[in-house]
Amino acid sequence: MSIEQKIQTGRPPVIEIKDMTKVYVMGKTEVRALRGVSLTIHEGEYVAIIGASGSGKSTMMNMIGLLDQPSTGSYHIRGAEVSSLSKDRMADMRNKEIGFVFQRFNLLARTNARRQVELPLFYAGVASGKAAKMAVAALTRVGLGDRTDHKPDELSGGQQQRVAIARALVNTPSILLADEPTGALDSKTGAEVLTLFDELHQQGITLIVVTHDMGVARRAQRIITLRDGLVISDEPNEKQQVTAPDAHYLEPQANEQRLNSQPNTTSEAESLLTPSIRESEPVHENS
Amino acid sequence: MKILRYFGVAFESIRANKLRASLTMLGIIIGVAAVMTTMGVGSGAAASITAQIESQGTNLLTINSGGSRGNGPTSNSSGSGATTTLTRADAEVLADKKLHPELALVSPEYSSSTTFVNGDKDSTQQVVGTTPEYALIHNLTVTNGRFFTQEEVDNSSSVIVLGATLASDLFEMTDPVGQMVRVANQPLQVIGVLKASGGSGFGSNDSRAFAPITVAQGRLFSAPRYRGTYTISSISIKGADKNQLDKAQQLIEQTLRLRHGLGADDANDFTIFNQASLLESLNTITTTLTLVLGALGGISLLVGGIGIMNIMLVSVTERTKEIGLRKALGAHDSDILLQFVIEALVLCTLGGLIGIGISYGITFIVKLFTSSFSLIITTTALLLAIGVSSSCGLIFGLYPAMRATRLDPIEALRFE
Ligand SMILES: Nc1ncnc2c1ncn2[C@@H]1O[C@H](COP(=O)(O)OP(=O)(O)O)[C@@H](O)[C@H]1O
Ligand SMILES: [Mg+2]
Repeated sequence: MSIEQKIQTGRPPVIEIKDMTKVYVMGKTEVRALRGVSLTIHEGEYVAIIGASGSGKSTMMNMIGLLDQPSTGSYHIRGAEVSSLSKDRMADMRNKEIGFVFQRFNLLARTNARRQVELPLFYAGVASGKAAKMAVAALTRVGLGDRTDHKPDELSGGQQQRVAIARALVNTPSILLADEPTGALDSKTGAEVLTLFDELHQQGITLIVVTHDMGVARRAQRIITLRDGLVISDEPNEKQQVTAPDAHYLEPQANEQRLNSQPNTTSEAESLLTPSIRESEPVHENS
Repeated sequence: MKILRYFGVAFESIRANKLRASLTMLGIIIGVAAVMTTMGVGSGAAASITAQIESQGTNLLTINSGGSRGNGPTSNSSGSGATTTLTRADAEVLADKKLHPELALVSPEYSSSTTFVNGDKDSTQQVVGTTPEYALIHNLTVTNGRFFTQEEVDNSSSVIVLGATLASDLFEMTDPVGQMVRVANQPLQVIGVLKASGGSGFGSNDSRAFAPITVAQGRLFSAPRYRGTYTISSISIKGADKNQLDKAQQLIEQTLRLRHGLGADDANDFTIFNQASLLESLNTITTTLTLVLGALGGISLLVGGIGIMNIMLVSVTERTKEIGLRKALGAHDSDILLQFVIEALVLCTLGGLIGIGISYGITFIVKLFTSSFSLIITTTALLLAIGVSSSCGLIFGLYPAMRATRLDPIEALRFE
């Protein structure tokens, strides 16, 4: 019995990828970041993509988020073949269908939180008065209702990431993509972000999180493992851990305990990944 | 209005990047102000030189006796060179409308320096002996009293008109009109004082006096004669048609050569100065001046442009990342281009306006300090300055946008 049937009986596929490859050409050398990936993700799924640094996670995520184009293979999003979409249509999809949370936040310099969050609304054609209200509402939802006038350099890393999440969510996308969302955060703020993801999942959003941290992956329903640009495993997460919706921002101590309470699983995951680690970028140790 | 929304984005982007925006604007301001003021100096100089020449009367020809030996156009000195062959008879022939219909006004002139005495005050100045036409040709204005008449010339009346400076030197605060002054020991009655021309130095009318030519040639100076008629130092002529001055010059030359019995191989024993050709050559000089100054301004414009370019190149990484992000959040390429065009437009317009303001400010300040010279801002300078600096701003503002819109969002976001 396939995973899809097991978990998502009856739900339509949102993302269908078949034999996707991506080759980066740098002068004479070619980097084959993806070497034929196939996967299907259904409406409302919470999926974690794990793998060592350099295994192709970000590359795949950028394809899914329509930020980049595959070299070969097909990608259908909500039934539409992406290679046949116009540039403007793809921009509209990024604007309304997909929320993207970057590892490095990618906020505009010297621009306050409210205006950051208003950006997708501007491109959606929302009138500025309404956009301001929606932006403040989105910031309030991520716990930054009192920081709307703060600029990135006046916010902590966790707060900046929450601004980025508010920006990703403000247009109520049906798909939320997060590339190592906790990678640059300390464990407390990382936990806050994960709690928010649990809530969003419960509200029915399709959620895909890239991570190399098992602690993060364990929150998902399904874990896809990449190695050297190939899917090496795609399994439901039997030990899914969900915080109760009312158990908001955990005490740092409790948080620390929870993350440290599964040392075995974490090392298992790491040992699984070690053979393919190419130290092209530092591994962000999060816990 | 959709476009207004982009103004919002552009202003926001300018506000968020004040330093970058003000440096860009500074480049435009420097360029515009420099071009406009330097070209303004050129045009101002040209205009004041032309005005000074035209204030002496337009459409003028001056015939001096003697061949061309480099007498200046305003030189009235007599007897330069050998025997003077220019006579009043020559002037009368030229004044004959039947023979020379192309000449509107002709006035002979016999000038010499002598001593003016009024009581214990004396001054050595030039007396210009001439006819009433002289006042018309040279635009002389009498503020007090009147100029002498043809009748007074015919009767050799003992009258004189004084230049403003000479009048105040001799009579100080008292009214000179009606009083007597001794000129070359001859008593003459002052009948008029000229308006001060403001010009100074050699050739200024302010320190000269004007008497009927008959008086000057006879009683005052006993002018030499040539073939029975009094010689003169020069003839002033106003042409009937400004555009026919060269033709008039040719006709005068023919008449005078015939009258002076010059053979085909003889050189002219007179010299004709044509004010039109003088103005023309002056125009060439002032145009060159304006161009040279404009080129200096152009260098500043270039410096300003390079300044803008540097700012843009320094910010291209940041801007490319910004474009990548905006595209990732759903901006169409047209959204990006519109934002950048409007941003550049706003900066260029603001910078251009400030630059124009500064150059008008400089013009105003110059006006406060001197009246004889002013900066003139021409439309050409205005358009040139705005055109060049705006295209700098647009090109360098659009460069990152054009490049980044071709990239996939992730490439732009990763741009280093
Ligand atoms: N823009 C790029 N140009 C060239 N090579 C790239 C580029 N982006 C990623 N790669 C290479 O592709 C492989 C996969 O990278 P990536 O998807 O970022 O891995 P991960 O996110 O899993 O760490 C790596 O070997 C990386 O060096
Ligand atoms: Mg990555």
